[in-house]
Amino acid sequence: MSSPVVAEYAVARGKAKSFYDRYERKSELQHQTHFCAGCGHGTIHKMLAAAIDELGVQDRTILVGPVGCGVFTYYYFDVGNVQAAHGRAPAVATAICRSRPGSVIISYQGDGDLSAIGSAEILHAANRGENIAVLFVNNAIYSMTGGQAAPTTLLGQKSTTTPLGRNAATEGYPLHVSELLATLEAPVYIERVGLGDNKQIAQAARAIRRAVENQSRGLGFSLVEVLSPCPTIWKMSPVEAQHWVRETMEKTFPLGVFCDRTKERLAAPAMQSAPVPAPALDELPRILGVADADLPEGHAQAIAGGQIVDLQVRIAGFGGQGVLLLGEVLAEAGLDAGLEVSWLPSYGPEMRSGTSNCHVRLAREAIDSPLVSAPNVLVAMNEPSLRKFDQSVRPGGWVIYNGEEFPADCRREGVHVLALPFTELANGMGDKRAANMVMMGAVLEIAGVLPDASVAAALRHLVRNPRWVELDERAMARGRDLFQQAFAATPPRSSQIRGTVSEP
Amino acid sequence: MSEDKKQERGILKIDEEECKGCGLCMEACPPKVIAMGERLNRYGYRTAAYAGAGCTGCGICFLACPEPGAITVLRLVKPGGASAATAPEGATACASN
Amino acid sequence: MRKQLMKGNEAIVKSAILAGCRAFYGYPITPASEIAESAAEFMPKTGGVYVQAESEVAAINMLYGAASAGVRAMTASSGPGISLMQEGISYMAGAELPCVIADITRGGPGLGNLGSEQSDYHQVVKGGGHGSYRTLVLAPNSVQEMADLTALAFDLADRYRNPVVLMADGFIGQMMEPVGFAQTATPPQLPAWAVAGTAASRGNLITSLYIDFDAMEKHSLALEAKYKQAEQREARAEEWMTADAEIVLVGYGIVSRILKAVAAETRAAGLKVGVLRPITLYPFPRAQFARLAARARLFVDVEMSHGQMIEDVKLAIDCARPVEFLSRVGGNVPTHEDVLRFVHELARREGLAPGRPACGPEAAARQRCEEEQMAHV
Repeated sequence: MSSPVVAEYAVARGKAKSFYDRYERKSELQHQTHFCAGCGHGTIHKMLAAAIDELGVQDRTILVGPVGCGVFTYYYFDVGNVQAAHGRAPAVATAICRSRPGSVIISYQGDGDLSAIGSAEILHAANRGENIAVLFVNNAIYSMTGGQAAPTTLLGQKSTTTPLGRNAATEGYPLHVSELLATLEAPVYIERVGLGDNKQIAQAARAIRRAVENQSRGLGFSLVEVLSPCPTIWKMSPVEAQHWVRETMEKTFPLGVFCDRTKERLAAPAMQSAPVPAPALDELPRILGVADADLPEGHAQAIAGGQIVDLQVRIAGFGGQGVLLLGEVLAEAGLDAGLEVSWLPSYGPEMRSGTSNCHVRLAREAIDSPLVSAPNVLVAMNEPSLRKFDQSVRPGGWVIYNGEEFPADCRREGVHVLALPFTELANGMGDKRAANMVMMGAVLEIAGVLPDASVAAALRHLVRNPRWVELDERAMARGRDLFQQAFAATPPRSSQIRGTVSEP
Repeated sequence: MSEDKKQERGILKIDEEECKGCGLCMEACPPKVIAMGERLNRYGYRTAAYAGAGCTGCGICFLACPEPGAITVLRLVKPGGASAATAPEGATACASN
Repeated sequence: MRKQLMKGNEAIVKSAILAGCRAFYGYPITPASEIAESAAEFMPKTGGVYVQAESEVAAINMLYGAASAGVRAMTASSGPGISLMQEGISYMAGAELPCVIADITRGGPGLGNLGSEQSDYHQVVKGGGHGSYRTLVLAPNSVQEMADLTALAFDLADRYRNPVVLMADGFIGQMMEPVGFAQTATPPQLPAWAVAGTAASRGNLITSLYIDFDAMEKHSLALEAKYKQAEQREARAEEWMTADAEIVLVGYGIVSRILKAVAAETRAAGLKVGVLRPITLYPFPRAQFARLAARARLFVDVEMSHGQMIEDVKLAIDCARPVEFLSRVGGNVPTHEDVLRFVHELARREGLAPGRPACGPEAAARQRCEEEQMAHV
C-alpha cells in the first residue's frame, strides 16, 4: 500500500475541517458549492473556514448568513448557523453575541445586504462595538438578483438599473463603508482587502484570520471588506474579473487598514463590560420588588365590612400641579385599606405640557371600568380643567375647585362645590406645590372611609423626601379642616358618595 | 515517479468533481504547472489539471481557488522519507493520485 | 400573593423576568415606553440583557438572534413600531423562533396619535407580514392580566415555537391597578434546537429559507398543522352573565370592562345581557361564540377600531345571528353611557322588554353577579 516515497508528503493546503464533507443543498450537486466559477465568495468562504480551523473555534462559532449570493453559508460551514433577513445580520449577531458572549460570532454579508438595506444595522452594531466579526463582500453589484446597482457600484459602471452607467448626479457616489465605519470610536479593526492577485489574496486570508481571532479574544467589532470578483454579472472571465478588481475597483476602493485598536484593546479590558453574574432564582421576586414579604400588610380591617364604597374621581390640572400624584396617593391609600382601586392617567404629550388628568376609582367590588366618565368627585386645579369636566359630574357629586370664585355658569343643581384658593393656601404653608395635598384633604373628607394610617402609608410610599411628607401631611390636615369649616354649618344632606356609605 | 528522479517539493491534487474550471489556479500558480484539461467532468466543466511535475507546494493555487476542496496541496515534509508517525493524515490518500 | 399598585407596562416586565425572560431589545414609543424603561432597570439586575435598538426593525431582528441562541426574549412597541417589526415577525414565524411582543396600541393610520385605539387588530391578529403564518395574540384587560398573560405568552411561544403578541390598548398599559406576582421564578432553559455556540449545538440551523418547492410546501404545512393545534387547544375567553343572555356584548381589552359595567346596569333594568370577552384573539374563541349563538338573539361588537374584530365574530357564529357594531376611535372610548344607550335602543328595536330586574339596584347586582372565568375550551 503506502510506499516510503508517499509518506514524505503531507497536506499543506486542503479542504478545511470546518466545511461539511458534502453539501445537502441539492441531492445531485453535493460536491459543489452553488457559486459560479471564479466567484469570490468561495475564496472568502475558504479563508474563513481556514481561520476557524487554525484558531480551533469550530464548536464555538456561530455564523450569521445574509440574503444574497452568500445565503447558503449553512450548507457549507459545519458550525452553528443562523440565517438572517436581508441586511439584518448585524442585529441578529448583536443579540447572539449578548446571549452567548463566549461564542465566536461571524456576520457574513454582501454589499447590497450590508451597505444598502442593512446600513443602519451595521452602523449601530459597529458603534456599539458588538463583539462580532463582519465579512463584507463587496462586488459592486447586486449579483443574486441579476445585476442591479448597489451603493458600491462604481461611477460609470453599468448595471441593469443604471443602464447608462452610474451617474453621481442621480445615483450618488460609491459608498465607502470601511472609511465610514472607521470614523467610529468603538470598532477594533477595519481593513479593506482584495482578491485581485496572489499578494492581495494572501493578505485577505491574513485579515480574515485576524478578524476572527480578535473576535475569539473578545476584543470587539472587526470588519474586513473584501473586493470580490463576480465574473457572471460583470460578464468577464474569472481571470478578467480578478484583474478588474485590481485595476479598476481598487481605484475607487483603496485597500488598507482603516482602523486598528487591537493593541490597546489587548492591553485594556474589552469594551463591553463583563456580564453581571445572574442572581439566584429565589432572589428575583425581591430584586423585582414583588416579594410578598417586602410588601406592606396594609390596613384592610379598618373599613367596616358592610360599607359600600364607590368613589369615582377625576383629577385635572396643568402639568406640574401634582394631578397624577394626588390620584396615586388616593389609589395607594385605597389599596392599603383593602379596597379595589384603579388609577388611569392621561398620557403622551399631555405629560409634557398643557393639561393633565387622571381617573381614580376606589370600590369594594371588583372595578369594571377604570374610566371615570361621570365622576362623583372632580378635583379641578384650574378653570380650564373645571370647564372641561364640570358637566360630567354626577348629580349629588362634588367639585373641589382651586380658585376663590367658582364661575357662576359652572354651578349646577345638586352638585356640591368647595372653591378655595388652594395654591395660595399651600403657599402660605411653605410651598405652593402642596396645593394638591390640601385638596386631597377635602377629598378624604368626602370619601370618609379611608383610614388615616392608609393615607399616611401611601404618602410615605410615594413621597420619599421627609420634608415633603411633613408638608404634605400638614397640607392634608388643612384641607380636612377647611372642608369641615365650610360644611360645618350647613352639611350637605346627601351626596352621591356619602349617600352610598351606610353602616351595617 | 521513480525513486532515482529528483523528489518534487510539492504535489497537487485536483478533485475533478468539484473543480468548475474557472482557471484562477492557473493564473495564480507561480511555476505555471496547472493547465486546463481536455476532459469534461460530469457537470460539463473542463477542469484544471496538474502537469504532473514542477509543483513547489507553495499553496497559492489553493488560496486562489474558490472551491472548498477542489485543490489539495501536499508538501515534501522530509526528503528521503519522513517517519509515518509525523506524516499528517491525508498524505497516504493523496499518494494514490 | 400580596398586591401592589403598578402600571400594566411595568407588570409585563416583572412577570416576564419571573417567567425566565432574560432579554429585552426594543425601541421606545408612547404608550409602551415604560416597558423599555422597566426592562432597562431590571434586566441587568437579573442577569438579563437590555439593548435599545436603532429601530424596531433592528429590535425584532435582535429578538431573532436572541431566540436563535435559545434565550427567552421580548420586545415592546406600539402600532407604528409593530408595522416596522412585521418583517422580523414573519421571519421568526418562518424560522420557528419563539418570542413575546407587547403591542401597547395607539391611534393610526400613520403617525395617528397617542390615544388608545384597537386598530392594530388586523396587523397583529391577521399577521401584517408576508407568508402563511399566524401569531398567537393575547389581549389582557387588567394589570393583573398583563402579568398573568405575559407568563402564559412565554409558555405558548416556546410550546409552538412562534411569536406571541400581547396586545393591550394604551389604557391597560398606562393604568395602575393592584397586581400580584408569582413568588417563584422559572429558570431559563436552553432548547435543544438553539444555536448556542457549543459542540452539542454545532449542527443546528435557524432559517426560514426552503429553496426547494416541495421542502417549502412541507414546511408551510407543518406550520399550518401547528396553528390548527393551537386553535384546538389555546382559545380562551371570559364569559360574564352569558348563561341566559339574549344580547351578548363582545369586546376585548379596556372595552370589555366598560361592557361589564353596562351589562350589570342593563341586567338591573331586567334585560338579559351578557359579555363575551376574547382573551385570545388568535386563536379566536370560536367555540364559545358558536355555543352562545344557539341562544342569543344578537351580538353587539364594540371596538376602538372600525370593525376589525367583527369579521372574526361573524365567522365564529357563521353569521347565524345579527352582529351590531359600535365603535369610537381617535383616542376616544365608547363610554359606559354610549354603550348603555345603544343596548337599550337595540332591546327596544328587538322587542326585548325589560323584565323583572335580575337583582335589585345596580350596586347589589354587581355584588351578586359572579364572574365566570372560562379558561380552556
